[in-house]
Amino acid sequence: MSDENLQIFAEEAEDLLAVAEQALLHLDDLDNPAETEDGVGDLFRTFHTIKGAAGLFGLDPIVNFTHIVESVLGNIREGTLAMDQNLVSLFLLSRDHLENLVGAALAGVEQLDDDLEKVDSDLVGKLNDYLGKSAAQEQESNGPATSSEADPDAPEGVASTNWHVSLRYGPNALQNGMDPASFIGYLNTLGEIEHLTLIDDAIPPWTEFDPENCYLGFEIEVNAPDTTKEALEEVFEFVMDDCKVAILPPHSHIEAYKKMIAELPETDMRIGDILLACGALTDREKDDVLNAQDRLADEAIAGGEDESVPQLGSIAVGKQVVQQEVVDAAIKKQSDLKSQRENAMQTVRVNSRKLESLVNLVGELVIGSANAELNARRLADANLNEAMENLLRLVEEVRDTTLGLRMVQIGETFSRFKRVVREVSRDLGKDIDLRISGAETELDKTLVEKIGDPLMHLVRNAIDHGIESPQVRRDAGKPATGTVFLEAFHDSGSIVIRIRDDGGGLSKDKILNKAIEKGLVQAGQQLTEQEIYRLILEAGFSTADSVSNLSGRGVGMDVVRRNIETLRGQVEIASEEGKGSTVTIRLPLTLAIIDGFQVRVGDTQYIIPLDMVDECLELNDALRSGDSDANYVNLRGEILPFMRLSDMFDAERETHDKHRDHIVVVKCAGKRAGFVVDELLGEHQTVIRPLGKVFQNLREISGSTILGSGEVAMIIDIPEMVNKVIASGQLDFSPSGAVH
Amino acid sequence: MQNIGTSAEVEQSSSEASEQYLTFMLGGKDYGLEILNIKEIIEYGDVTEMPMTPDFISGVINLRGSVVPVIDLSNRFIGHSVERTKRTSIIILEVTNDDLKIEIGVTVDMVIEVLDIQASEIEPAPSLGNHIQTDFINGMAKVDGKFLILLDIENVLSIDELSMVGSIGDNTG
Repeated sequence: MSDENLQIFAEEAEDLLAVAEQALLHLDDLDNPAETEDGVGDLFRTFHTIKGAAGLFGLDPIVNFTHIVESVLGNIREGTLAMDQNLVSLFLLSRDHLENLVGAALAGVEQLDDDLEKVDSDLVGKLNDYLGKSAAQEQESNGPATSSEADPDAPEGVASTNWHVSLRYGPNALQNGMDPASFIGYLNTLGEIEHLTLIDDAIPPWTEFDPENCYLGFEIEVNAPDTTKEALEEVFEFVMDDCKVAILPPHSHIEAYKKMIAELPETDMRIGDILLACGALTDREKDDVLNAQDRLADEAIAGGEDESVPQLGSIAVGKQVVQQEVVDAAIKKQSDLKSQRENAMQTVRVNSRKLESLVNLVGELVIGSANAELNARRLADANLNEAMENLLRLVEEVRDTTLGLRMVQIGETFSRFKRVVREVSRDLGKDIDLRISGAETELDKTLVEKIGDPLMHLVRNAIDHGIESPQVRRDAGKPATGTVFLEAFHDSGSIVIRIRDDGGGLSKDKILNKAIEKGLVQAGQQLTEQEIYRLILEAGFSTADSVSNLSGRGVGMDVVRRNIETLRGQVEIASEEGKGSTVTIRLPLTLAIIDGFQVRVGDTQYIIPLDMVDECLELNDALRSGDSDANYVNLRGEILPFMRLSDMFDAERETHDKHRDHIVVVKCAGKRAGFVVDELLGEHQTVIRPLGKVFQNLREISGSTILGSGEVAMIIDIPEMVNKVIASGQLDFSPSGAVH
Repeated sequence: MQNIGTSAEVEQSSSEASEQYLTFMLGGKDYGLEILNIKEIIEYGDVTEMPMTPDFISGVINLRGSVVPVIDLSNRFIGHSVERTKRTSIIILEVTNDDLKIEIGVTVDMVIEVLDIQASEIEPAPSLGNHIQTDFINGMAKVDGKFLILLDIENVLSIDELSMVGSIGDNTG
């Protein structure tokens, strides 16, 4: 099949593996046998679907491996093997291995490399151990298993020991990307195909022949004593909608053949002959089948199973085995699960590049409409302006919807850490609980991708360096189980992600000593608490006394900081010794388009993210409380530090008579500061244009945008500037003053 | 220096092929740039100044929707800007940095012409007596009795050097 289909397979497999991981981690949490049963069932189905799909593509390594995993799961499901922690770990490893196998398949690797091969054989060995164990158990307790489907002693069973598969492809099978031969190829992996008859009766006269339609059918005899009907049906799972499949077990009741023949489009006689030729039926059996046609039709109708057989639940209730509420709860759970799956199905996979170009186009649209609006206003035509206003509103909606497409919930990223926490805490012999809140918080997909690694590092850090060993915790009067909190929420135009632990916290003295040792600070230098904590974000800084196998792995804290700063985000650290520490990451909601507030300083126009603007005031003497040189104002009894952007940006201060200084009050991370600008120009939909590498070190400007007039305006990095304003204020107030 | 000399010799011996250069005037002197790196030439105008950047950065322009930095070439070479006239132009160049192509504009006083210069006509840059940094120069060519300074664009517009702008801003601020 084509690469495209393989790609789809890989994507589906990825989704399924994610489901499997969730199911496994869920199992880990629970001792409840009923839930475990459900989980194992889910797992079994997931692996089974992967196997089926992989079989279609002839991906033997995946099929073989999944088969063994599935067998072990099958034993658990049947109760001959008990689920335990070690098995969960083994399945998790198997899941990872499968992910690699799928990756290898996608890359077109025919032969596994040595590493994969080794992992493969390792895992297969371990899984087989379990299979051996369960087989032994089975023999002790149950005796040999019996197959209900193929009971050789059943009366009127046909003599054939083969499975009979009757297959008629639908006309659309080829158009839907199905390769008829691949199914037969896969069937051959389950057993041996003894006989295959091609049914070409459906091929129309050449004049009506459409080469894109599939007219083929097969009658197949498969010698597969070890398979189940379910397994064979799974082979055709992907074409079930398109084609007619009938599978008859060995020694099937003769009535079953009658029913099948009645449903096939070809004449009864012809089918009878084919079955005879296949060896599915003996001559006498064939006659039996065909002679009883009339009777059969009635029976086939009466045999409609679903309506006549009462539901299992109602039988149980009728016998007063279970209470009604329990059944209701179970049914509700089932339907919940179903609707959840349906929700997941109602999504469309879109190539992210297409989405990106859509976002870019919307950016152009926004700029273009700003230009149009500017010109429309100049013409002062009432109708034109009204139309323009409507248009702008629509553009804004299009913008929001488009950006919304890229928003994803952070929950998926968070839940990945469950596994990390589980594994790392086991490795370290610590007992750690991960609590997640705000999983539904949405942020831009590009951000989610880039934030994963830094977050992983911070979580590992919290587990490794933050949480103490159970003994130490008990001695300190804390619960033995440590807790790591992962939180996400929105706050004034940013998304805040917080990693909090109730561990030992950071030791200021230790950090300071280390920093002095490394020459990062001079001895005797006065640093604020925040400045000390920020030292751990410097390159090559580690306070861990002993190096565990976790530290040194992955990225350092300086890389975390750099990664977050490239996303225009910020890191803050708070800690209390003995109580734990908190790392707060603040990121902009999107990297594409924001609502901005346009101001002018000198000749240049600047954009301040609107979400961060608190209010705008005129800077007059009343505010300045007399002292015209002070760099703070009295804002309704509160001290508000401010800065003249014209000083900061080396622009001329405007001093002519009409000029009024305006102060824009911004709020960021709970801090407030004012910026004095020459003119307020109002809201502006800001399409962020990165400034590129040349200006990468220009921290005060986070990007640029193009105004309706075609001019370029700079976007001010408010968090950076607020810190600057506050720092410059502190310089003037502190008596020693000398930090530089 | 040695490197430049040898590379010029290698070119000379391997082929007599000529390459095209765009020549322009800057502070009364003629310069040449390999044409392969040049994307377009536009009229000087609508440059938005960047705050907190050194003087050799004129600012940024809106080039059909993308924001492109503009370097004042005379400031970078001679240390002071030359008065802008209506012949002042911006040459848009493409430079490679970390496998990424970056567009950068440079201001020149006047664009002259496109010349074919044979590899044999190019001499290594003199080590003395020139007032611009020698690593900016790829070589000298003698055309019509006049010397043409061929610029090494990767060095003139070294992103690593240009991006020091932020730290300069920090020091003064």
